Formats: sequence, C-alpha cells, structure tokens
Amino acid sequence: MKIPTKKNSNSKGIFQFAFLLMMLLSGNCIFSQFTIPKIPDLQTSVYDYANLFNASEKKQLEEKLIHYADTTTTQIVVITIESLKGEDVSLLATKWAHTWGIGGTKKDDNGVIILVSKNDRKIAINPGYGLEDRLTAGIGGEIIRNIIIPEFKAGSYYNGINKGTDALFDVFKGKYKGSRKQNKQQQDFPVLPFIIIIVFILILASRNKGGGRGNSGNSGGGGPSLLDVIILSNLGRNSGGFGGGSFGGGSSGGGFGGGGFGGGFGGGGFSGGGSSGSW
Amino acid sequence: MDFKKFLPWIILAIIIIGGYSWVKGINNTAVTLGQDVEQSWGDVQTSYQRRNDLIGNLVNTVKGAADFEKSTLTAVIEARAKATQTTIDPTNITPEQLAAFNSAQSGLSSSLSRLLITVEKYPDLKANQNFLKLQDELASTENQILTARTRFNEAVKPYNTHIKTFPNTLFAGIFGFKEKAYFNAVEGADKPVEVKF
Repeated sequence: MKIPTKKNSNSKGIFQFAFLLMMLLSGNCIFSQFTIPKIPDLQTSVYDYANLFNASEKKQLEEKLIHYADTTTTQIVVITIESLKGEDVSLLATKWAHTWGIGGTKKDDNGVIILVSKNDRKIAINPGYGLEDRLTAGIGGEIIRNIIIPEFKAGSYYNGINKGTDALFDVFKGKYKGSRKQNKQQQDFPVLPFIIIIVFILILASRNKGGGRGNSGNSGGGGPSLLDVIILSNLGRNSGGFGGGSFGGGSSGGGFGGGGFGGGFGGGGFSGGGSSGSW
Repeated sequence: MDFKKFLPWIILAIIIIGGYSWVKGINNTAVTLGQDVEQSWGDVQTSYQRRNDLIGNLVNTVKGAADFEKSTLTAVIEARAKATQTTIDPTNITPEQLAAFNSAQSGLSSSLSRLLITVEKYPDLKANQNFLKLQDELASTENQILTARTRFNEAVKPYNTHIKTFPNTLFAGIFGFKEKAYFNAVEGADKPVEVKF
C-alpha cells in the first residue's frame, strides 16, 4: 500500500516540477523583449532569420551587398525577423546595428541596417552617423513608401529589398570609396613570437659554444640539434607566454562572395534616426 | 652611513607621491566621465533642437496648405517657444533643471501629437509629399531623442558610480564633483509620438 502511494506522490511531484518549469520558461518567452543575437562569427550582409528569401535570392542579395561594401566600404545589412515582440521597429533597428557595429569603419560610421519584421509587417531603414546627411529620414521614407512597400504588397520580399538597396546605392553614390579589407585573421602576422623564438635559439646556440653544459640528456653530447631547438621552442609556445599567435592563420573566409564582409563589421555608430513603414 | 635618519623621509615621500597619484587618478577619472556626460548631453540637445526646427517647418507647411484650425497651431507655437527657452548648463545638470527641461519638451510633444491628429481631417495635407517627408523626419528625430536620452543616462551612470562609491566620495566633494541627474521617463516619453496615418 505504502509503496504505490509514495510512488504516486513522487511522480506527481515530478509533474508539478515539470509544469512549474514549463510555466517559467514559457513565461520568460512571453514577457521577454526581443533579444538581439550575439555578433555572428561570419559577418555578412544578409541575416534571413524569418526565411523570407529562398536560397538563390539570399545568395544574390548577399553577394551584391558584399560587392558594394568591397567597392565603397559602406556596409548595408539586411535582417529579417519573425516578430518584434512588442518593440518599436526603428528603435530595435538602431539598437541592433549599434550593438553589432555595422559600418565600414568606426571613423566613418558608414553602415545601414534594413530590418524587416514579417508578422508585424514593418520595416525600418536606419543609417549610421556618417550617412545621415545623404539618407535623410524623408528620403528613406520615400524609398520605403514608393519602392519597397509596393513590391512587398505584390508579394515579393526579394524584389522590394533588391530595388530598395539599389535606390540606396543611388543615394550614396560617390560618398565613400575603398577596397576590400582583409579579414583580421590574415592581417597581423605574429611578429613578436617570431622574434622571441629567434632570440631563444640564439641564446641556446651561444650556450652551446660555452661547452654544452646544460644538455646532458641529449644524444651524442653535441648539444641541441636543430630538431631540439624546434621542439624546445614549440614547448615554449605551448606553455603560454606567446599569447595565442598562431602561425599561418589560414586563408579561411578571404575569398570572394559568401565570405562575408572583409574585416567584418567596422564598429559604426547609430543615432536612432531613420525611417520606418508598414505594409 | 646614516641610512636610518633618512628612512622616515623616504617613506613619507613614497606616501605623498603614492597618495598624490591616487587622488589624481580619482579626479581625472571623474573629469573624463564628466566629459562623456557632457558630450552625450550635447547629443540630447542637438536632437531636441532638430525637432524644434522641424516643428517650425511643419507649422509653416500646415499653415500654407490648408485653412487650419488656429487654436491647435497656436498651442504648438507657444509650446515650442517655451521649450526653446528652457536650456541647461551642461556642466551643472541638476535634477530640477532636468525636470523643467523635460516638462517643457513633453508639453511640446503633446501639443504636437494633437496637431498631427487634427491633420487627419485634411486629406490634401496627408497626400502632400512635403508633409509626408516632414513626418518621416519628425518620427526619425523622436527616435534620435529617445536614443540620445538613453545614452545620456548610460553616460551618467558610471560617473555617478565613480564619485559616489567609497573612498572616492570623500574627494568628490572637495573637488566639487556633484552627482548628475538622470532622465526620468515622462509619461508617454518612452514611446515616440505616433505620427503614422
């Protein structure tokens, strides 16, 4: 008798616990505001979280905007989301772009964010500080009203964004020029570890001249061979002190197209200005 | 040598130099953080100034485009004049000043939103491209104001924390660093004025 009741109450407790947990989790989901995702590792031009574009549309748009960033340093980033979760589209766009630091360089602040929320049927285009003089809210509003929204209403998100970004290119024509930046990984060759290793080798070599005292464990009493030096310097590297400067950091992501922005987001700032509209 | 004779002096010198650089650090950090606050206050003022200019344009457009209700327009013009008069010395932002600034600006906000509601009755105006652009600009500026206010508060926080935590608080008074006021959200100020139709 006792055992079943105990079991029963036990499982009831588990159910209650699970129920409570579910309530907590779902409650979190309902009441939480929109949380901006962390800066992605691959910093590119299109983040289609709401799946508004098909694969080839996304690729075309992405390559077009990356190519534009390569020639002008101006980064235009398109982000689509399912829902704003009650936030203002323009304010969220500002926060998002500012957090990610969209823009070619910190000095120029030349970035643009285009945020589309599918369920709210809202869109915002916000320029960074450096582009506000060109893309005023009035012009942005015209682009949204007259170019993008008619296409959205006609049923194609891609056409709307594609034509809208073309209109932005016209607006910015001639303001910034530049060439593709290298990704950070390739940029800095680790000079310091290299120097330290050379010094290390030199020290070992000079010690060796003085009679090879410290190298009792080595083969044939001839002091450290080149192989030993390399092994030793490798040990030194592994035991810290060289600050993670890895050699030949790989040519990952440097290629054309699909590789994201050269050098990633540049850290542009956003004032909160911009235009928005709904369809 | 008489090393022992000099020892107290050496210790004293070390204490003086150490103490000096410590206090100097406290002071200079407060100055730097204070500069951040002033800079972000500049952004707040610029965005409000921008709104004032836009409202001037809006009033003219509305006046010219239609035989508009006089009382609504006058209310906006008066509120704008009042808001322009209320200025703040950025080096010494007191809570009272900030509250006065806030209430003047929110008075302008509410009369502006009344104006924009009245516009609803004038279809000609609503189709006017200039007017639409002005609306975009106004909406954008409202967002800039909100962003600038948020960043102002974000700049005030480290400053206040710096001068109010022990032991910095002992020196903050001597050097004349006062706590700076935060922007409190006035009613309706947490949402931009609705300028959509």
